[in-house]
Amino acid sequence: MELSYSAEEKAFQREVRDWLAYTLPSHISDAVRRGGELTKAIMEEWHALLHAKGWLATTWPVEFGGTGWTPVERHIFEEECCRAYAPRIVPFGTNMLGPVLHKFGSKEQQDYHLPRILNGEIWWCQGYSEPGAGSDLASLKTRAVREGDHYVVNGQKTWTTLGQHADWIFCLVRTDPEVKAQEGISFLLIDMKTPGIEVRPIKLIEGGHEVNEVFFTDVKVPAENLVGQENKGWTIAKYLLTHERTNIANVGFSMQALEEVKALARTMKRRGRPLIEDPLFAARIAEVEIQLEAMKITNLRMLFQAQQQGAPGPETSILKIKGTVIFQELKDLARRALGPMAAPFPGHVTEGNLMFGPPDTEHNAARYFNNRKTSIYGGSNEIQRNILTKTMLEL
Amino acid sequence: MDFSLTDDRRMLQDSLTRFLADKYGAEHRVKVAYEAPFHDPALWGELTELGALYALAPEAQGGFGGTGFDISVVFEALGRAMCPEPVLGALMASRLLGAAGAEQDALLSGATKYAVAIAEPDAPYDLGSIGVTAKGDGEAITLSGRKTAIYGGQVAEIFLVVALMNGKPAVFEVRADQAQVVGYGLMDGGGAAELLLDDTPAALLLADAGAVIESAVNAGIVALAAEAVGLMSVAHEMTVDYLRQRKQFGVTIGKFQALQHRAVDMLTEIEQSRSLVIKAAAELDGPEASRFCAMVKALVGRAGRLVAEEAIQMHGGIGVTWEYPLAHYAKRITLLDAQLGDTDHHLGTLIDGYKAA
Repeated sequence: MELSYSAEEKAFQREVRDWLAYTLPSHISDAVRRGGELTKAIMEEWHALLHAKGWLATTWPVEFGGTGWTPVERHIFEEECCRAYAPRIVPFGTNMLGPVLHKFGSKEQQDYHLPRILNGEIWWCQGYSEPGAGSDLASLKTRAVREGDHYVVNGQKTWTTLGQHADWIFCLVRTDPEVKAQEGISFLLIDMKTPGIEVRPIKLIEGGHEVNEVFFTDVKVPAENLVGQENKGWTIAKYLLTHERTNIANVGFSMQALEEVKALARTMKRRGRPLIEDPLFAARIAEVEIQLEAMKITNLRMLFQAQQQGAPGPETSILKIKGTVIFQELKDLARRALGPMAAPFPGHVTEGNLMFGPPDTEHNAARYFNNRKTSIYGGSNEIQRNILTKTMLEL
Repeated sequence: MDFSLTDDRRMLQDSLTRFLADKYGAEHRVKVAYEAPFHDPALWGELTELGALYALAPEAQGGFGGTGFDISVVFEALGRAMCPEPVLGALMASRLLGAAGAEQDALLSGATKYAVAIAEPDAPYDLGSIGVTAKGDGEAITLSGRKTAIYGGQVAEIFLVVALMNGKPAVFEVRADQAQVVGYGLMDGGGAAELLLDDTPAALLLADAGAVIESAVNAGIVALAAEAVGLMSVAHEMTVDYLRQRKQFGVTIGKFQALQHRAVDMLTEIEQSRSLVIKAAAELDGPEASRFCAMVKALVGRAGRLVAEEAIQMHGGIGVTWEYPLAHYAKRITLLDAQLGDTDHHLGTLIDGYKAA
């Protein structure tokens, strides 16, 4: 048993920390700290800085221009980024499509797309969910019919995160409606500029725009944009899922959120004393701090296992469930610590230069409501329980 | 970073687990745990011959272990078997004797059984509310007052008693044959004792010992939390097994999602508990020991009640019968919370830390 990092890992941690201190622009970390939406320009700037250092593709092997890091190194990097209030990278091209192309892509697809993911020339979004296919993803209906040297795509995708900024979309489409649902799905790369594609925004609970509906009407997609074999898309989707599962616990963000809650609770007052000395509120903080300290170790245990076995196992579903519940609880506590100071719509109070609550808190209610999504997306927490039922309990 | 056990600890774990599975099956355990002397003296002998107690003390004090991880390996194995032997008292006494630089061969060999007396009837967890006081000095010290819920006290030959001397907590040795000891059995198996002190002769072991006592309590907490993980794991395994076998409405009840998700939630809390046991064990001899011990004890108290209650509920009627071992696991898991501070007590400790910040 050894819970701390090795000497090499500590040196690496120091290197990352120093680089971030030197490189991460303060206007970016300030924006992250404030907690509002990040603009595409900010994300492009950050991606470019990471790419210049060679640290953008942390899940890629070296031969494709990635870092080749171990799961532990990747964890250290993410921990340090979080600590410095660096943005999370947009994962669709780098963390999701990249590994799929390494394993299933043709030489041409790899040569064309991988460099453009790295240099930011092509921004990607993910076309998975449909109005009728959420948790039951395999029931998706968007149809792709092969006609000569191209596919004709008709249907609708939804919950397409950052689709409004994307140049391309990778999609699961139905290529054979006659067979078992999982066996008639293919994985297609589609240029968003193709005629017949329409992107409509979905306004979220807090008023923000990060997800979209994408409509496909007779969209012609060259056949060479098929990844892997026709009707084998489900295998790719499952492979992608295991890659989606790195840093699923969100330990760093929760640690940050815990510190923010404590700071708020020291500032705000109730019954003539700091809120943090109110036993009811303090007990709520303590309960979530305990769960978070436990999850730090659960996360490291699973990283250790992933490092031994090469890939994260099904028990990472535990991290998804716990990680989201802890983070949501912290966002709830932050909102409750502020009371009515969390209620104004961000940006609505424009006169008098009024400040509501302590600095950097105006987005607290928005963040609380927005983060209800975390236990729903990426396989809802109920789906995670189904996965654990099958894999860990074998029921 | 490495979460595997060293070879030595794996051997210790294997030999203990094998011994307990062979000799301490659930049926035997239930037979001995509820009848005086509330443990099995013959198996205590075999357990100690196996070196279980030596694993709890460092080499410098005659043992071959003594770290948090040695403690957690031993107690998780004891937990899996619901073992009622008085090992916790030996562990905590060993920490106190070690701090005093006292000889502990008789303790580690199992020849002399020790129990540690901290709790008092009106203050079971609170080191700040000790009422038993010492009188006199040198060879002529006596103690008066009552110590309560001394686990393993029903068979202890020597009590290490926490009492006030000059207003500060100190540790004294009291011989069982020189004091009034009232032993009894516990609802969850095993035994305890009340120690009634009335100018009872005592020998000073440690003066002004607040920090040392806290450290012994922390070791006890790591032990209990590891025991809880062992107990909870078995209760969960039994429950999942039952879900696979029991049929109603023509299917095994494990096919019902209402039960599946709850069985997963049990697993999640057990894994979280296991993680904090590892952390608390790693920090046991460090500056943050008390903080992490408070956390893990609060967590296993919560998780334990969830696991015990859900295990019973999912077993249905059979879960509340004496005949079926699960009931005894559930009782032990639940009442373990009342040893060395329950969930609320330790949450309070953490909250006090927030005030200082």
